[in-house]
Parts: sequence; C-alpha cells; structure tokens
Amino acid sequence: MNDLWVQVAYLVASVLFVLGIRSLTKPDTARRGMQLAAVGMLIAVVGTLLLHEIVDYRWIMVGLIVGALLGYPMGMWVPMTAMPQRIALSHLFGSLAASLVGIAEYNTAMHVQHEPIASARMAALGLEVLFGSLTVTGSFMACGKLQGFVTERSVTYRGQNTVNISLFTLAVLMFVYLVVEPGAETVFYAMVVLATVLGVMMVLPIGGADMPVVLSLLNSYTGLSAAATGFALHNNVLIITGALDGASGFLLSVLMCKAMNRSFTNVLFGAFGAEVTAPTGAGAETAKLAVKSISVEDAAMQLAYARLVIIAPGYGMAVAQCQHEVRELSELIERRGGEVKFAIHPVAGRMPGHMNVLLAEVDIPYERLYGMEDINPEFSRADVALVIGANDVVNPAARNEPGSPIYGMPILDVDQAKSVIVLKRSMNPGFAGIENHLFYEAKTFMLFGNAKDSVAKLVAEIKNV
Amino acid sequence: MPTSLSGFGEFYVFVLAAFLGYQLITHVPPLLHTPLMAATNAIDAITVVGAIAAAGSGHGLLASILGCAAVASAMSNVVGGFLITDRMLSMFRRGEAASSNGKQERSK
Repeated sequence: MNDLWVQVAYLVASVLFVLGIRSLTKPDTARRGMQLAAVGMLIAVVGTLLLHEIVDYRWIMVGLIVGALLGYPMGMWVPMTAMPQRIALSHLFGSLAASLVGIAEYNTAMHVQHEPIASARMAALGLEVLFGSLTVTGSFMACGKLQGFVTERSVTYRGQNTVNISLFTLAVLMFVYLVVEPGAETVFYAMVVLATVLGVMMVLPIGGADMPVVLSLLNSYTGLSAAATGFALHNNVLIITGALDGASGFLLSVLMCKAMNRSFTNVLFGAFGAEVTAPTGAGAETAKLAVKSISVEDAAMQLAYARLVIIAPGYGMAVAQCQHEVRELSELIERRGGEVKFAIHPVAGRMPGHMNVLLAEVDIPYERLYGMEDINPEFSRADVALVIGANDVVNPAARNEPGSPIYGMPILDVDQAKSVIVLKRSMNPGFAGIENHLFYEAKTFMLFGNAKDSVAKLVAEIKNV
Repeated sequence: MPTSLSGFGEFYVFVLAAFLGYQLITHVPPLLHTPLMAATNAIDAITVVGAIAAAGSGHGLLASILGCAAVASAMSNVVGGFLITDRMLSMFRRGEAASSNGKQERSK
C-alpha cells in the first residue's frame, strides 16, 4: 500500500518536472514553474524515504546533509561569470551519482543477493556506468578548461583520433561482452576505468570556443545515464527525467553546432585549433593593412549622438567583468535619446545563453536582448555597432571568404552598421586564431585596452559631452 | 505482460518522454538557454531517488558507502541546481520592472 503512494509521488513529480520545463518557454512564467519543479523534487525524495525496502536511514541522512551543504554555496555564491564551469561541475556531480548507484547495484547483485543479472538489466547498468563515468571525467576536464586549471587550448597529438576511436570501440566491446556475460566482474570494472580515461581523452582536444557544444553534449550524457539508472531500477520518474534532460542536451548541442556551422564529428574529432594552421598567406596580407585606433573622446562623441547603438558582447565581456559598466553606458545613451539594443550570438561566451544571463544580472531588460536572426536586419539602421570582447562571431570572413575555417558560420552582421567600434585588449587574433578583416575596414575603429576601463572611460566622457 | 517484455513498457516511457522533451525544449528561447541547462541539471538530480535506495536498503557496507556518496552528489545538484536556476530566472525582468529596479540601485 505504502509503495503505491510512492508511485503516486513519482507521478506527481514527473508532471511537475514537465511543467517546469514547459514554463521555461516564457521568461515571465519560468520562475514559478521551476519552483513547482522543486516542489516535485521534494515530493519524490520524501516519497522515496517511505519505501518499504529502506531499512537504514543513517547513510541517507549523512548523504543528504553533506549534499545540501555542498549544494548551497554552488547555488548561491557562484558568480554569473563562472556559470559555465559551475554547470560543468553539476554535470560531474549528476553523472557521478548515476555511476555510483550503478556500481552499487552491480556489486549488490553479485555479492549480496547472489542472483544472476539478466541481460536486459545488465545492459541498463552498463550504459549507466559507461555514460556516467565518461561524463564524470569529461565534465571535470571541461570545468578545468573553463576555470583555467587545464589549458584552454586544444591539446592534440599524432594519432589522437585513432587512440580515441580505439578506446571507444574497446569500451563498446566490453559492454557487449557484459550483456552476454553479466557475471564478468573484472570486465565491468575495467569498463568503468576505461570510460573515465575516455572522458579525459575526448575533451582534451576541444578548445575553449567549442565549450558550448561540449557542455550541451555532457548535459545530454548525464541525462542518458540517469535514464539508464531508471531502466536498471525500474523507476519511471528517472526514465522520464533522464529522457527530458537527454533531449534537452542533445537539442542544445545541435543548435550550438548549427550556430558554428559545424557537425558533431567536426567538433569532437576536428580539433579546431590544429586545423587552422595559417590560412595561407593571411599573415602576409594583413601585415600590409593597418587598423585605425580611436580615442575615447571620439568614440564617446559617436555614441552620444547615435540614434541606434547595437552592442555585440562576447566572451571578452565576461572575462573583463564589465557588465555593470555596459549597463551604465546603455542607460546613458538612452537618457540622451538614443536607442540601445544588444545582439547575442548563440555561441557568444562559453555556454548556451551565457551573455543573456550576464546582461540580465545587471538589470538590462530582456526585451533589449536580441537573438541573431532578429537583430541582423537592424544593423544597417544602426549608427554605431559596439563590439565588446567578441571576435569570431562578428568576423565577415564567415560570409565572404570560402577558404576561411569559419566560412559558412552564421555571424552578427556588425559590418553593416554605419560605424563599428571594437573594444579589444590587443591585436591578438581571436580564439580560433583567425584574422578578422572587420578590424581593417574603413568604418571600423579600434579602442584598445581593458574592456572594463574602456567602457568606464566612455561613460565618464559621454557625461561630459 | 510477460516478464521478458516488461522492459518494453519502460522503453515506451523513455521514447515518449524524449519526444515530449524535444518538443518542449524547441520552444525555449535562446534567451533562457543557460537557465534551461541549470534547470535540467537540477531535475536530473532525481537520481537521488536511486541513490537513497542504494544507501538505505541494508545491502552491506560497500553499497551503503557508495550510496551515501551518490546521495551527496545528487543532493548537491538538487539544492544547488534549483537555487541557481531560481537566482538566474529572478534576474530576467521586463523593461519597466528592470528600469525601476535600476533607479533604486542608483538612488542608494
């Protein structure tokens, strides 16, 4: 009887989760919807504690308390600029939980219950620990690259793809062997170890600019391992949630790949950094071109008298942490009668939607944040396009240089504006290492220096105009 | 349903849920993609349910320890995930609300 109520609790939780995800289709309903989803989680947890097979609460309580103590700072204290690594870390914890449950289940079946594991159950357990362990180390590497304790550059070596594909094939073979022969304990643990190695090897060659795809993909894997846990435990709420999460991660990775005009395979095995070894002659060609730098006074003058300013932020804005200054700048321009819009490229920053969160944090109303398709027709109307710490996503080479590695990638058409001001630290090429011809165009002016200082100076100067 | 096919019902659930998820998430605007990722992470921490069962079923010390670690990992995502999603979503404001908030901040 009791267990029936647990099932009801799971059903309620599943419905609330689906409603929570649905609420995210509109910013106004999102918060309430996700609060309901949190209630669903509470119901599911309380319901589980009532299961008749639970006989010992000590370990559960320790886990719940430690987890809550770990989770609170990860929820409340992490700054918005660190969101990508925070998300990577939560992929790590999510998949770690699934892997540990899988290992515990396997061990219990083998040594406590002494019952043969059916092949179907073994397949579920196998997928659970395979996806789980791979995501644990993969997320750790992604987190490291984003936080900076692992090099952000793509690490490549000769025969890398062969090594990775061999490791992957070996893991799949072990999995198949286990399904046929579930009692092969050594193979099970060897597969866990192999999957963790594979996680590291897979993320190693992926550079910082491709992180949005990797984070989405890891999101998907976390979901799949949760769904596999559900299959192994015959628990529908886990299957439903895992499927939702898996679908979400998959869809986001597809969107991110589209926004870079690249395929999955290219992101995973392409090792962008290595591929780009000097588009022939580009160096010599650009050496002849000169960039025009602009003084703060002149830039401020342009912005102060512009009717429409479109700001295109990139990862550089997150690094310089100048969102507050940018907000001040946009308010100042508006008070002088100009209009300010923000152009957000889908892969600006290090994760999907990164820039939106940073700008929302400083109280910029979300109606001013425009996606690429919506803003591109507006650039021709803009008096000034202000590029803050973005590079590849505004590089016209993507449109008109078939030889360029980023050719075909959809970009923000900032070069259609009447004038372009680029805030940039120095003339180093962007992450992908590709020259940006936007910087050499007649209507482009470079304002060199730290973005935070530059924007602050612009604000001070416009106040004096 | 014969026991050999009982897993098939679960497969139905998986496929339909994945399809539903795909349909819903197609309609999430890029504006909210970061909160979406945090949110799916938070609800994905439902693995805590499996972890609780592993930690508390009295299947020996190893299972309890592994289960306990799994409960802690998943629980950190439950608490951290919902908190950070709520924190982010509270920042997305419409024009009027946002500008009045901005004014308050300036007048401080």
